[in-house]
Amino acid sequence: MSYLFDTNDGARYLLMGNDAIVRGALEAGVGVASAYPGTPSSEIIENLSRAARERNIYVEWSVNEKVAVEVAFAGSLAGLRSICAMKQNGVNVASDFLLHVALSGTRGGMVLVHCDDPGALSSINEGESRHFARMLELPLLEPGDFQEAKDMTAWAFELSEELRSLVMLRSVTRLSHASGNVTIGKLPGTEKRAAFRYDGPLGDPDTGPVVTMPVPKNHLILQEKLKKAREAFEKSPFNTYTGPEKPELLIITSSACNLYSLEAVSLLNAGGRIGVLKLGTTWPLPPELIKKSLARADKILFVEEVLPFTEENVKILAAEMAADIGIKNFYGKNDGTIPMTGEINPDIVVEACAKILGIEYRPMAPEFEAAAQEMIKTLAPVRDLTFCPGCPHRASFWNIHNALAMDNREGFVCGDIGCYTLGFLPCGFNTMKTSHSMGSGIGIASGFGKLGQFGMDQPIVTVCGDSTFFHAAIPALVNAVHNKSDVIFILLDNSGTAMTGFQPHPGTPLDATGQELPDIDPAAVCRSLGATVEYADPFDIDGTQAALLRLLHEGGARVLIMKQMCALSPAKKGKKMFEVRVDEIACIGENCGCNRFCTRIFRCPGLVWDRERGVAVVDEVICAGCGVCASICPSGAIRKTEARA
Amino acid sequence: MKSGGMNKDPYNVIITGVGGQGNVLASRMLGNILSDRGYFVTIGETFGVSQRGGSVMSHLRISKSSAWSPQIPRGQADIIVALEPIEAIRVMASYGNDRAMVLSNTRPIYPVGVIAGEMEYPDLDGIRDALGRLTKRVVFIGATDEAMKLGNPILGNVIMLGAVAATGLLPFDRYDFKTVISRSMPADRLEINLTAYDRGGEMLLGPR
Repeated sequence: MSYLFDTNDGARYLLMGNDAIVRGALEAGVGVASAYPGTPSSEIIENLSRAARERNIYVEWSVNEKVAVEVAFAGSLAGLRSICAMKQNGVNVASDFLLHVALSGTRGGMVLVHCDDPGALSSINEGESRHFARMLELPLLEPGDFQEAKDMTAWAFELSEELRSLVMLRSVTRLSHASGNVTIGKLPGTEKRAAFRYDGPLGDPDTGPVVTMPVPKNHLILQEKLKKAREAFEKSPFNTYTGPEKPELLIITSSACNLYSLEAVSLLNAGGRIGVLKLGTTWPLPPELIKKSLARADKILFVEEVLPFTEENVKILAAEMAADIGIKNFYGKNDGTIPMTGEINPDIVVEACAKILGIEYRPMAPEFEAAAQEMIKTLAPVRDLTFCPGCPHRASFWNIHNALAMDNREGFVCGDIGCYTLGFLPCGFNTMKTSHSMGSGIGIASGFGKLGQFGMDQPIVTVCGDSTFFHAAIPALVNAVHNKSDVIFILLDNSGTAMTGFQPHPGTPLDATGQELPDIDPAAVCRSLGATVEYADPFDIDGTQAALLRLLHEGGARVLIMKQMCALSPAKKGKKMFEVRVDEIACIGENCGCNRFCTRIFRCPGLVWDRERGVAVVDEVICAGCGVCASICPSGAIRKTEARA
Repeated sequence: MKSGGMNKDPYNVIITGVGGQGNVLASRMLGNILSDRGYFVTIGETFGVSQRGGSVMSHLRISKSSAWSPQIPRGQADIIVALEPIEAIRVMASYGNDRAMVLSNTRPIYPVGVIAGEMEYPDLDGIRDALGRLTKRVVFIGATDEAMKLGNPILGNVIMLGAVAATGLLPFDRYDFKTVISRSMPADRLEINLTAYDRGGEMLLGPR
């Protein structure tokens, strides 16, 4: 039985945090679920889509995060419970609409799950999304373990309906992508009716038109909602305290840091000296609970990821309460006790507590540690990130790099977020020179392409993926075409949202549940804007480079679609296109004069250099059979033959 | 509840390797097996961009009483399962101790820096000796080579799980493994996975 369908109240599963959130939404009877994929949030909508038919849910991969919230909001207005999931920077994309949703209020329970990625394990930023709760004036919840991820998600819908407000629920990578035991609850019936009522008076939360005006009145109502949330949070069972009545040190923590803090107390065997206040409701903070907790100890340590959000909010309350609770010694990110950047772990918390309380703690015996450090220096060569074997991006950047080098005018590539972000590294031949938010490559290129009047004559190339194209690149491309910016826009079309697990997007013919949908052709979109459009297969090295060289000498907005399916795509089923081998007689090794061109420069993990024999060798376990390396050997020693079906 | 050879709580297992080796799948299989046996299991994983040729690591916490942090503290690993030899080195240096059991695959996956000639990949004997200086319990098995004989190198992860079971340190057996994979795998993959599991046990203990 899958946790998605199990009606056995009390059954126990080992669930990823994201799956626990999914189960919580199912137990709340969610009717609409939408998202744009982004690590570490993607599994939420992916797994809800598996339950879509049986649980009567509309599940959608939306074109971007802002539209995802708009779609979920429509569900709420029609009286359904709705959920929207995104990674931290997705909240930035959605924030304009969210500001207005806060002001207009919601009807059916609506929950925004936002998953931060402390340490940027799978992100190109280390954004903190909790500040949006304060900025947009929305209640914020943070589950402190896997069971709470389920329970708090289910409760968030009730809270949302009670307040008539969107509720934010924040997760982090080590909760979303970690797994723990969860006891499941009841599943409700699946009958749901949707209707939008708008014929009541303006300002009636159930029947009136839903607008943000009059703003002064609605802003006051929003503040009242926050007051109500504060009162509810004073009594919330999700704010817990573990430890002695009067500890020497009080840790205030939330989310995965709760587990690190408890572990640290255990490692230090300091359960009698340290108390842990785990907050599940982090905005607005419940002041009475904070007052009672701060009164417990004189030393307060904040343990949280990413920015000192709770630390700063508690300090404001502490200043207001100073007459009652006295002066406290605060430790946390602001004084450097906890690092301001990067992931937190149990060792960081142990070190902080040990320092504050003067406890001696050694995680390793000194001799062991010294020997281990010696070993790591000599025996563990670093694994730099690289494109997968058979990745079309390696071939694409090879082509772009070579074309720009042959063109010899210091051309460069602007990029954005996706696997192809690695194009700035040696695996992409250091071809990409700028990389920022979704769709920003073409926007930046549009700007560069207008700097000719200042003497800038470098060719401007920009790349983005097929999913990113729809997400945020189209307005920037419109801008480039309209303003006659001189750019080559390369669409790296690998047929899916590859980085996050092949979710469909508007250019693919399927929806989240595998049903057919009309696919939108990016080429037709580009042509309709007035750009010229050509296709190339990046695995065809000669053809693609010739096309690029020609385009480099044309003017205006030029689009080149480099189409080749991701090597990991489920549609490829791991099948090799070619059997690739090195002819060890033709490979003349060190005598070639190429100085190991294939391994030194091309750097595919599937092609290695055999030092003893002085020849290149294909690693049959790793090689994905794309055959591109056969085109690059100056001696023609790498041979490819069509793989047998 | 029999606790196998687990002599502390939480008992900590790290499965490490390189993206694409089936690291996450192995940790989920092991986690589900132990969760089925009634233990509290917490798994911390790295995946996403770290998968693209980078080192990957799953931390498993096994406890009779509660959920633990998804990150194992420094020096606290009890078993290190490495699908790639230098990943055993990396993990041992941060999470190892002189009682830890290291079970490593023999087949290297070269970092791109090695392929490009900028760094050297150590020889297997050197890796074995260095690990042996840190703990007496080091075992290498040719899991990927054996998996290729079974027709698919990805089975290396299941061979390693079979070898872990054969150490007797964790409280599970072939029946528990079969129960879990029957739930999660298509029926036609069951036989080959059980064969791989058995092969792992034989590689550790010799044929039975």
